[in-house]
Amino acid sequence: MNFSEVFKQSNQLCKVSPDGKYLATCVQYRLVVRDVSTLQILQLYTCLDQISHMDWSSDSLFILCAMYKRGLVQVWSLEQPDWHCKIDEGSIGLVSSRWSPDGRHILNTTEFHLRVTVWSLCTKAVSYIKYPKACQKGIDFSRDGCYMALAERRDCKDYVSVFVCDDWHLLRHFETETQDLAGLEWSPNGCVLAVWDSCLEYKVLLYSLDGRLLSTYSAYEWSLGVKSVTWSPSSQFLAIGSYDEKVRILNHITWKKIAQFEHIATINNTKAVVYKEVEKRPAVGSDDLSLHNITIGTTLFNTQSKYEICPPPVQVPVVKPDPDRANPKIGVSTLAFSSDSRYLATKNDNMASVVWVWDMQKMSLLAVLEQTSAVRCFQWDPRRPRLALCTGNTKLYLWSPAGCVSVQVPTEDQQTWNSCFMTLA
Amino acid sequence: MPESSLDIFPPKVKDICSSSIECRPSPLRQSSQSSLPLHRNYMLSTFCTEKNVQECLSHISQEVSSLGLPPVWMESGGSSEMNVVAVLNCIYDLIQLHRRGLRTLENMEVEQLKSSSNLDYLQLTSTQLKEQLELSKRENTGLLERERQLQLKVKSLQNCLKNEKEEVQKLQNIIASRASQYNHEMKRKEREFNKLRERLNQLLVDKKEKKQAIDVLNNIGRADGKRSLWKTEKTEAKHEGEMYKTLLSDYDIRQRELLLENAELKKVLQQMKKDMVSILSSKKPTLKDDQHQDDDIQADLEEEVFDSSKESVELYCVHAREKLTNSIRLQWRRLKSHVERLDNQASLAQIGRSKNTDAVSRETHEEEMDRLKLEIQQCKDFIQTQHQLLQQQLSSPYDEEKASLLSDCYMLQEKERFRDEWKTLEEQRKIFERERRNFTEAAIRLSHERKAFEDDRATWLKHQFLNLSPFADSNKPQMSKSKSAFLISKTEASAASAPEKLIKRPSDTTSPTPRCVPLTSPSTAELYPTLCLVPENRSTKPKRLTEHVEESSNFLNGNVPAQHKHWNDREDHSSHTLTKEKTSSI
Repeated sequence: MNFSEVFKQSNQLCKVSPDGKYLATCVQYRLVVRDVSTLQILQLYTCLDQISHMDWSSDSLFILCAMYKRGLVQVWSLEQPDWHCKIDEGSIGLVSSRWSPDGRHILNTTEFHLRVTVWSLCTKAVSYIKYPKACQKGIDFSRDGCYMALAERRDCKDYVSVFVCDDWHLLRHFETETQDLAGLEWSPNGCVLAVWDSCLEYKVLLYSLDGRLLSTYSAYEWSLGVKSVTWSPSSQFLAIGSYDEKVRILNHITWKKIAQFEHIATINNTKAVVYKEVEKRPAVGSDDLSLHNITIGTTLFNTQSKYEICPPPVQVPVVKPDPDRANPKIGVSTLAFSSDSRYLATKNDNMASVVWVWDMQKMSLLAVLEQTSAVRCFQWDPRRPRLALCTGNTKLYLWSPAGCVSVQVPTEDQQTWNSCFMTLA
Repeated sequence: MPESSLDIFPPKVKDICSSSIECRPSPLRQSSQSSLPLHRNYMLSTFCTEKNVQECLSHISQEVSSLGLPPVWMESGGSSEMNVVAVLNCIYDLIQLHRRGLRTLENMEVEQLKSSSNLDYLQLTSTQLKEQLELSKRENTGLLERERQLQLKVKSLQNCLKNEKEEVQKLQNIIASRASQYNHEMKRKEREFNKLRERLNQLLVDKKEKKQAIDVLNNIGRADGKRSLWKTEKTEAKHEGEMYKTLLSDYDIRQRELLLENAELKKVLQQMKKDMVSILSSKKPTLKDDQHQDDDIQADLEEEVFDSSKESVELYCVHAREKLTNSIRLQWRRLKSHVERLDNQASLAQIGRSKNTDAVSRETHEEEMDRLKLEIQQCKDFIQTQHQLLQQQLSSPYDEEKASLLSDCYMLQEKERFRDEWKTLEEQRKIFERERRNFTEAAIRLSHERKAFEDDRATWLKHQFLNLSPFADSNKPQMSKSKSAFLISKTEASAASAPEKLIKRPSDTTSPTPRCVPLTSPSTAELYPTLCLVPENRSTKPKRLTEHVEESSNFLNGNVPAQHKHWNDREDHSSHTLTKEKTSSI
């Protein structure tokens, strides 16, 4: 694996273009665009204020830079560096900004979620959408970019509006049977919308594209409910992670639970492979602490780590969360399916240093990766079944069905970094 | 009281009675039976008769003396007269004794009665007490039983209480977490509300409102290049239509998939049914019971034949589906019962089998197990050693040579291959060098020969000119100076095809000398066309000047430049073919 030199970037704003040719990073108020293969700087843009959010358009031709404090959005073009576009939200403020799937409209959410303004870069026209809901995931675009689902709240009731992204025509508007809608997500085939309630009530509703309620699923009452929801890329499964440390899988034909994955503290399963990260600190004798060695610097303190396979039964470290605080650190918070829908990676918040990989064909636990510190994020390779994860140190960990490896990333300091994964062929 | 008298008397009476019985068994035994009821049954005793008076007297005196009374009769007296006083005293004493005995007997009877009544009484009381004891024991067990049941109840109630407490605790926890969540949400909302209030305040006070605006340098085209449409009913209907189309296509896909799956499963079921039927029907002779099963199987087979003929149509009908599933269930039940029967038979047979065979099979089984375990252990050890060696390999310190060796090891094979190829290429190059040299030599020789030939021709022509006279035969042998003349005459006819020959020949051998020669035609008439050919050829052939062609041009003088060029071209061509060959060989 080859690593480039370290680039400075702030705010974890570092994104590869959707076509994989360019890499954009933000440093304070500057936007730097590089070529992915040579890492030569192609363009350099300067914005008016510190950039809070940066995103590529879907056709990789434009980049939007949002400055939430100033309420400004600036759009830059790669083809014509002279082209500029500035959207000023004025006194109404700006809380979030995103592209539409066709890459020609920008959706700005104003402060206090008063409304969503749709700016068109083709016609300079403006559209407004009232009463958007401020929740975990209030807007979702379907994968083919045709439809947008928006969560609304009027008169203490939750609604969902489906818009056609072509001309922002309101296709459907229906009330949902939720107490307090927390999020919505389209299935990858664009025909089913999954809507889930806040954690105070376990309820997942499935609506068809034309607004009909297909099914409701509720695993239990009263205890804290759904924490995270994700679709499998083939639209066959819907995985629901909840605060009771379990993942429930629904199937797309009957919308009933077909499997339940539990994250137990003692793993007795002999078919699962448990990888444990073991650090090897290089031994430092007193005579080695010469100035020369110290100035070599971080290599002295960098620890080598490798994976060991532990035989069952294995005890997984559990951290009990504070019961008095809201949004307790317990439950399955992160779920990700591999691109062929064969594997599901999960993370349970009270076992924060462990990533669990489940086999969807056998519906059982396949591997457990125990790291030395809490896992920050993980992501699947978009082409093959390979999982990359990072825990906030200078190493990158890769898992595939063949095995597990940890790779040292040559950075100077042990800074936290979120991986921006885009594996090219 | 009566006991005290009894105490005194009984031993004496006993002794006397016992001793009397001992001493005189025979006569007294006859009369002892009637001794007790003496006052009732006064029988004439036949003890003493006139004949045995003396004996009786002595006997009686012995008896009396044994009783402790003064003797009745003394033997030493001469007279046989008895002392009547003594006898009467004796009789009186005896009567007294008897009376006393009777009295004591009465007393004893009374005592006995008393004691028997006491005994009865005691027995009665004891049975009563026993009954009471039984009763109380039963009561006790009953009470114990009740106590036990009550304890069980207490335990279960305690469990219930514990469960309820746990549930209460859990619910309290849930309530607490919900309450904290609600509080958190409320605080968040309050904070937002405060922010809104401030903002409203600020907006009301600060009249200068910054408007929203967009500033674009120029409009950019739509992503798909089309022009945007106005929002009309038609477009709305189109959107609706598209939405329904998406949904329908999705349903279509799903339905097709489900159909395929269904068809597969039905096939599998049919197959299963066939297999089951065949298994059951093959076991027909071994079945002991149920004659009706045969009929059923026959019916099934018929049914099956019927089914398979109309498979594709009927399988989509509900009735056919039900029929299929029902028949599968039936067959499965039969198969299950059959297998159970076989199992029972097998278990019976196993029980009936002798111990030896059992032990043997177990032994072999165990041996097998041991062997496998050993194999596993060996494999594990092997893996362990491999692992250790690998670790050693990885961790052992490198010296430079080793490192360089190892780093090169991957390339070694390739390097070898390259070396070999280089060698072959070198050889080929040498060969080509040689060939080139030969060519050049041949060219030189050819040029010399040509020169010689030209001279010969010139002389011949001269001779011809001069010998237009009848002196024609004299100079002929001069022509055969150069060998080449013969070959040229041979190949006269094939002059036209010489170029092709040239092209072919050099590729075969490395001695081009004789072959290359038949280039030029001998006759002037044919020479001209060939000479004329040269400029054409030169123009058509590209300028491929290889080194050895240049060399040869140095050697050749410009005598017949056209020819030379011709030859050059030919050689060029040959070199071209050679290069072609070269490239092809590589």
